[in-house]
Amino acid sequence: MGQASCHSSTPSLEDPHLEQQHFRSLLLKFLAGIVPAIALVAATHFRWMPPIDAAFRLPGAALGLLVLGLLAYTGGHFFVGARKSFQAHRATMDTLIALGVGAGWLYSMLVVSFPSHIPALARHAYFDSALFVVALVNLGSALEIRARNKTKAAVTALMNLAPKTARIVRNGQEEDIPLEDVKAGDILRVRPGEKVPVDGLVTEGESSVDEAMLSGEPMPVEKGPGDKVVGGTLNTQGTFLFEATHVGETTVLAQIIQMVQQAQHVKPAIGRLADRVSSVFVPGVLIAAVLTALVWFNFGPTPKLAYIALTTISVVLIACPCALGLATPISVMVGVGKAAQQGLLIQNGDALQTMLDLDTIVLDKTGTLTEGHPKVTEIHTVDPWTHTQLLQYTASLEQGSEHAYASAILEAAKAQSLSLLPVKQFQAIRGKGVAGHVGNHEVLVGNHAFMADHHIAVEPLEARSQDLDDQAQTALYVAINGALAGIIACADTLRAEAPTAVKRLQSMGLNVVMLTGDNEHTAIAIATSIGITAVEAEVLPQEKASSIAKLQEQHRIVGMVGDGVNDAPALALANVGFAIGSGTDVAIESADVVIMGQSLHTIADAIAISKATMRNIKQNLFGAFIYNTIGIFVAAGLLYPALGLLLNPEIAGGAMALSSLTVVLNANRLRYAKTTSGPSA
Amino acid sequence: MIFFVNALGFILILTIVWWFWLYERAESDIGRRGAIADIVVDNGIYTPDMIQAPLDESITLRFIRKDPSPCASSVIFPDFGVSAELSLNTPVEITLLPNKAGDYPFTCQMAMYQGILRVK
Repeated sequence: MGQASCHSSTPSLEDPHLEQQHFRSLLLKFLAGIVPAIALVAATHFRWMPPIDAAFRLPGAALGLLVLGLLAYTGGHFFVGARKSFQAHRATMDTLIALGVGAGWLYSMLVVSFPSHIPALARHAYFDSALFVVALVNLGSALEIRARNKTKAAVTALMNLAPKTARIVRNGQEEDIPLEDVKAGDILRVRPGEKVPVDGLVTEGESSVDEAMLSGEPMPVEKGPGDKVVGGTLNTQGTFLFEATHVGETTVLAQIIQMVQQAQHVKPAIGRLADRVSSVFVPGVLIAAVLTALVWFNFGPTPKLAYIALTTISVVLIACPCALGLATPISVMVGVGKAAQQGLLIQNGDALQTMLDLDTIVLDKTGTLTEGHPKVTEIHTVDPWTHTQLLQYTASLEQGSEHAYASAILEAAKAQSLSLLPVKQFQAIRGKGVAGHVGNHEVLVGNHAFMADHHIAVEPLEARSQDLDDQAQTALYVAINGALAGIIACADTLRAEAPTAVKRLQSMGLNVVMLTGDNEHTAIAIATSIGITAVEAEVLPQEKASSIAKLQEQHRIVGMVGDGVNDAPALALANVGFAIGSGTDVAIESADVVIMGQSLHTIADAIAISKATMRNIKQNLFGAFIYNTIGIFVAAGLLYPALGLLLNPEIAGGAMALSSLTVVLNANRLRYAKTTSGPSA
Repeated sequence: MIFFVNALGFILILTIVWWFWLYERAESDIGRRGAIADIVVDNGIYTPDMIQAPLDESITLRFIRKDPSPCASSVIFPDFGVSAELSLNTPVEITLLPNKAGDYPFTCQMAMYQGILRVK
């Protein structure tokens, strides 16, 4: 449809105070309406009021004018809103309230002013009903503000993570300045127990920083010169100086808040159905009111005017478009907020609904099931090459490689203080290996297929290589000058929670598939150790999306979990893509759900939140639809022929006021839904 | 009398249908490149609530919220996948680049406030 950008202030501190003012104003209006309404009801009930007859005309009219004054104060905003929306050819909740209350007051003035013209049975004034309805709607709105504030808890908690001030170091002097005045390039100090104010790079000092806000990991992370720090995280001990790199809306925290806020507004498909109904609802209710009046006029008993007034006013008052309009967004807001607090950023509203339907989860092995930091475990050589020579030549060649095992080999070389030799004619063949000239030697490093392509005989170490495969290690063959020189084995540590997380996903009815570029033997060994039976091995990076497509062709609803650049096409193609938060920007942008923490349990948590949220949305929509359908029919008098049942306008208005509150309260129950496993996500 | 009342009721129904559903609203045109359309959020309606904008040109809509009720606290453009929080009396600008002609609704979170961006 197009691109969009938004320049908006992040919700300011002013908002809570203005909301509090509005809340108090609504409560005041409620009291100003309910007290006289109760007095009128009591006066009628205990017969303190004289009967409505000719003698009551003047007092009755005076009472009507008094009620008008009270209505102007307590409910004037409904009438203004109704007029303005009518002029704009729109019908809103204000329209219904203004019409219902206005019609009730007018009818009552007619009755008290011209009692002899109204049949005795129809001589009933609705002044108390008018005051009651307005009071209850004001009360409902006030309570809704309170309840909605709780649903914003997640965003509020995120916003409160950032401190208000920062300690800047200028010309050797330190001073506290407002956070908004910090600029990129400023040097800031963080003392023990303080929050990091903005994103930056440590320049001096060492400390431990609690990054649970970002990663969900409870263990503090050690920080020293050159390390990144993120605004909103907590410095636990030690003091350090850092240079601000990102401030204001560009910080990680601001972007997380923006993502959560955006996601809270995106509705799953089921919610858009309710929107279509909402847009025609109020004019539809007006038509229903006219039809109700016509039916009672044509078929109702006498006094017809009384029955027409009672039923028509009740139909207008009981219909509540708010409950319908609120049903989906309020649950989405709570569900997305709850997910954010558990380290999950849901970027796509439809993902909430689709997660329910997933039957297959594809987990990329490296970086998802494993820590993503492989280490060298064994080195075996063929004469005349030594371990040191093999490692040195391999590490020198792997300098130019982006493969995960390259950093493992370089780390091992560094640990042995081996110098790296210059490399010429470096080549990387994806999914196979690397080649080049190291010093005077032609060196090849890669898998069995790479050696076969270059006619290198691997028999001397083939058995050893297979043994390593059985142990879930990856053996890299090294050939120097056209002959096998040895193998270097690498292994990536499995995440501790991988077996229990996989079991939890399987217990949710999901078929778990492991995707890897490893050879089949190694892949099966790893998969078996964590309880996965379905494996797609020897998958080249560019083939990951095809693996997803193949599963979808079998009519499976597929979720994909990955973190690298190579995963982005597969994440975008999957029905729901989950990106590990520490992954690349491309993967994160391609995914529907970003997992901020490192625990695999968060995937199951996401699905559990999705189930709880969709259940809540359906409860709300069902309640709102049923309430409005039954309410309107009962108010119109559908049960009158069989049961003699009609709705009093006070009850109709009260039910309307409480219906949207019920939706909000039901959505708030979602905050307490159990969506995590025993081990924390 | 019966006929008169029924006819009146029928005319009233037709009037409701025409006034709220069939009436062609006036459009506020922001045809000039770089122009900004101010939209006031108050009393349950956006004013103006029908904005006409040119195709393939960037347009900016500036929302000014006057309504303190929570209903008016956000505006959503579902077709563009963008939403914004609206603070009271604080202008919030949303810039869009529509590259397909058509009607794009924008609403509050509950879809009580409704507006249309018409791209031609």
